[in-house]
Amino acid sequence: MVTYKFHQYQVVGRALPSETDEHPKIYRMKLWATNEVRAKSKFWYFLRKLKKVKKSNGQMLAINEIFEKSPTKIKNYGIWLRYQSRTGYHNMYKEYRDTTLNGAVEQMYTEMASRHRVRHHCIQIIKTATIPAKLCKRESTKQFHNSKIKFPLVHRTVRPPTRKLKTTYKASRPNLFM
Amino acid sequence: PFKRYVEIGRVALVNYGKDYGRLVVIVDVIDQNRALVDAPDMVRCQMNFKRLSLTDITIDIKRVPTKKTLIAAMEAADVKNKWENSSWGRKLIVQKRRASLNDFDRFKLMLAKIKRGGLVRQELAKLKKQNSS
Repeated sequence: MVTYKFHQYQVVGRALPSETDEHPKIYRMKLWATNEVRAKSKFWYFLRKLKKVKKSNGQMLAINEIFEKSPTKIKNYGIWLRYQSRTGYHNMYKEYRDTTLNGAVEQMYTEMASRHRVRHHCIQIIKTATIPAKLCKRESTKQFHNSKIKFPLVHRTVRPPTRKLKTTYKASRPNLFM
Repeated sequence: PFKRYVEIGRVALVNYGKDYGRLVVIVDVIDQNRALVDAPDMVRCQMNFKRLSLTDITIDIKRVPTKKTLIAAMEAADVKNKWENSSWGRKLIVQKRRASLNDFDRFKLMLAKIKRGGLVRQELAKLKKQNSS
């Protein structure tokens, strides 16, 4: 199984009860972070932007990791994000085909870094959803919605089966035909 | 120009990584670089095409079959025998056998090679004699 860098967490927290507010509202967020500590920190970051509460006058009630329900089923994920470019904030919608949501989120982060030079801390995930095939918007995901998909592997790179067997010089030229 | 395609039902050999040497069936295509791959004795997982070498064998399945249908289809297409009788499959079996020889086996192999070489040279000598006379 592939190890994913980003894990999905469900974080639940509220402000501390005070004399004016005996039972403050409890808030729950689903976030992506590399570990639990970061997830809690992200939770307070987002909650500060929505309510007047900080980590010092709030309490964490629960943090649970959310695991993928069907990791062997291929799904189309749509991710809505808000990112900071060199000139301002923009919204974006991206689609990915993957087996797990964590995999799709990791794809999104690497793609944003490569295509738009956006580092991971400048990206906020607004919403993620599994999209049924009919509602996919991007051609690059729609081209795989074919039950009789068939294509050749055009350029075969010959790799040694372990890195130990890698040598700088080879006796003969490789055969690139599959 | 192309004879081996990535398609649902294509049998491939894993040529890198933990599952090296295993025959798997491409059960679905995730995107341009990855396929969902399955075999009778492993959990269905995703693999990069860079780790797969396509073979000539295909089996008749629909997209993402259940394990039972997959095993039934593999039996129907007789993948195991086709692979072991193909020249690629036979070469891999011989390689494995050679790698697993112990010292006594290698000694026996040396004797057998010497004997075979001797017989070949005898026949050659006979033919040479015939030609020169």
